[in-house]
Amino acid sequence: MAGNKGRGRAAYTFNIEAVGFSRGEKLPDVVLKPPPLFPDTDYKPVPLKTGESEDYVLALKQELRETVKRMPYFVETPEEKQDIERYSKRYMKVYKEEWIPGPKSKKAKDTGKGPSLTNPADVLKKIEELEKKGDGEKSDEENEEKEGSKEKSKEGDDDEEDDAAEQEEYDEEEQEEENDYINSYFEDGDDFGVDSDDNMDEATY
Amino acid sequence: MTQAEIKLCSLLLQEHFGEIVEKIGVHLIRTGSQPLRVIAHDTGTSLDQVKKALCVLIQHNLVTYQVHKRGVVEYEAQCNRVLRMLRYPRYIYTAKTLYSDTGELIVEELLLNGKMTMSAVVKKVADRLTETMEDGKTMDYAEVSNTFVRLVDTHFVQRCPLVPATENSDTGPPPPAPTLVVSEKDMYLVPKLSLIGKGKRRRSSDEDATGEPKAKRPKQTTDNKEPIPDDGIYWQANLDRFHQHFRDQAIVSAVANRMDQTSSEIVRTMLRMSEVTTPSGAPFTQPLSSNEIFRSLPVGYNISKQVLDQYLTLLADDPVSLFFFLFSFFYYLHKALGSLATATLESVVQERFGSRCARIFRLVLQKKHLEQKQVEDFAMIPAKEAKDMLYKMLSENFISLQEIPKTPDHAPSRTFYLYTVNILSAARMLLHRCYKSVANLIERRQFETKENKRLLEKSQRVEAIIASMQATGAEEAQLQEIEEMITAPERQQLETLKRNVNKLDACEIQVDETIFLLESYIESTMKR
Repeated sequence: MAGNKGRGRAAYTFNIEAVGFSRGEKLPDVVLKPPPLFPDTDYKPVPLKTGESEDYVLALKQELRETVKRMPYFVETPEEKQDIERYSKRYMKVYKEEWIPGPKSKKAKDTGKGPSLTNPADVLKKIEELEKKGDGEKSDEENEEKEGSKEKSKEGDDDEEDDAAEQEEYDEEEQEEENDYINSYFEDGDDFGVDSDDNMDEATY
Repeated sequence: MTQAEIKLCSLLLQEHFGEIVEKIGVHLIRTGSQPLRVIAHDTGTSLDQVKKALCVLIQHNLVTYQVHKRGVVEYEAQCNRVLRMLRYPRYIYTAKTLYSDTGELIVEELLLNGKMTMSAVVKKVADRLTETMEDGKTMDYAEVSNTFVRLVDTHFVQRCPLVPATENSDTGPPPPAPTLVVSEKDMYLVPKLSLIGKGKRRRSSDEDATGEPKAKRPKQTTDNKEPIPDDGIYWQANLDRFHQHFRDQAIVSAVANRMDQTSSEIVRTMLRMSEVTTPSGAPFTQPLSSNEIFRSLPVGYNISKQVLDQYLTLLADDPVSLFFFLFSFFYYLHKALGSLATATLESVVQERFGSRCARIFRLVLQKKHLEQKQVEDFAMIPAKEAKDMLYKMLSENFISLQEIPKTPDHAPSRTFYLYTVNILSAARMLLHRCYKSVANLIERRQFETKENKRLLEKSQRVEAIIASMQATGAEEAQLQEIEEMITAPERQQLETLKRNVNKLDACEIQVDETIFLLESYIESTMKR
């Protein structure tokens, strides 16, 4: 209360001179709106580095950008249904290899699938059925299972265990393994022993 | 994770993997680790798509998983690793400088695919190299394998963690997710493979004499008859090792700028000698004696031992420098990174605020704490301007205030206010701004491309037409006519677009270099 110089008179609680303003009234304007979105800069930015290596890295970057779009890892958003089916759409489809994660060799895959097919009689019946079916799209899994069951009936369960030390468990949901998309179809010669000829006619892209 | 980092991650994921993967990835980065169903529920995407997205992310080492109690598997995204995707071109270019085209392609394949087996890499790279060679020549697998082995030996490529071998896999149901381990000694162990073969040239349909139908092309790779011998052993690029290389490069060029070529060569030799012996996070390199350095100098440099000793003493005595001399020489890596980060800060202040501000900034850096009056005196800048500059830098958080109260009630008139530079927090602030800049650059580039989409498509179509016409042999007049489909102003527009996009891309690359320096400094400080 002793500090009041007078009612209504503005008084600072600190020494105004310390901040840099003399006792006059030349205080800067009160700011009424947010600063501009693109404020003017006093100084021009430094020019970019140029040179052979910079050019090369730039070219690499742009190529990489194009390449990743064509990789199987680039997951396209499914299109919404179009009201009119366009004729040209059929001819604009880009061929993309499908990527199926998981180890490719039958050794690695079998341990996972092993427990599911333990009855040899059922398995043999299934094999016959499948062979009778003949053509038609065969998924890798089916072939793999067939192979696994053939293996089992031939070698028995014990041999599976002795296979390569690095067997990876095949779990649909927790994939970790990688594959090369080309290899994904035709990795194992045995898989397509009998059926390969038939399949060749059917495969269309 | 800051908003700027999340935004940048989202843009990078979208460019590399599409929108679905981006949605899942960003959701995981925001919320931390979550199980599968929760992700599907929270993002509103179908379970299938979530699985696919997770597969892609795990394949590229961007997401890891863990089995928690009660058998729940949770997925966690590695935000830092996603940000590394910005640096891929730099990694590939480094591999090119060290191991030429073969190395470049190997690293490129590994980065594009995340993890691969050695045989797959070798085959792919050989095929690609064969494409670029003249007709009749092919690339031998052995040469590619050699380069691969060299990359592994210098630790640029490392093994991925594997499922440990289990003796009896029939004891009950398998765990919901395998736990992956890799032992230190196996990390760089190359399996004994004898990959024999040559790269295959991909035959286009008109050149192919036997006229195999196009549908058969994926089946054509006949080598797939044999089972892959090293299935299960996957390799990935070792980004830390690349970072170590970048750091060494930065240090050597800094020394070259400050002193001369010879001293930079000496420093390079020292760093190379301690490359494999120093773990990546260590603050110092191994101590080396001057004799060892002398023996390891590159052959071209014939400087005598005395001259070497003189150089070493000079480097050790330099106040800014980063050496310690104590009967043997260390290289104080942490301090080196600190100097580099500080130099970055100084140059940013200079470019943004001018050279006088930079003078004040360097002054405060040197003297650690200064009062306003002292700043004016030491910098020899008039009071009003000095105040203005200080407040400007303060408002941008390059400089901070330290209060020292004289009385317990902290009255402002009786408190010292000292200006100081806190390097760590200024570096963090700058890093955050860098992330924002890169995000802005990417967005702008995408905007520019979208604006001119119609024109770009038109020009691509015209190019395709011209190429096909040239292949089938067309007259000059016809080609001319087709080229005129693109009018002159359109051509102009395309030129401008190309120039802008190149500039924006170059900016991204160079901001990433700053990001690398700042991140290395912050990481090295946090480790101590």
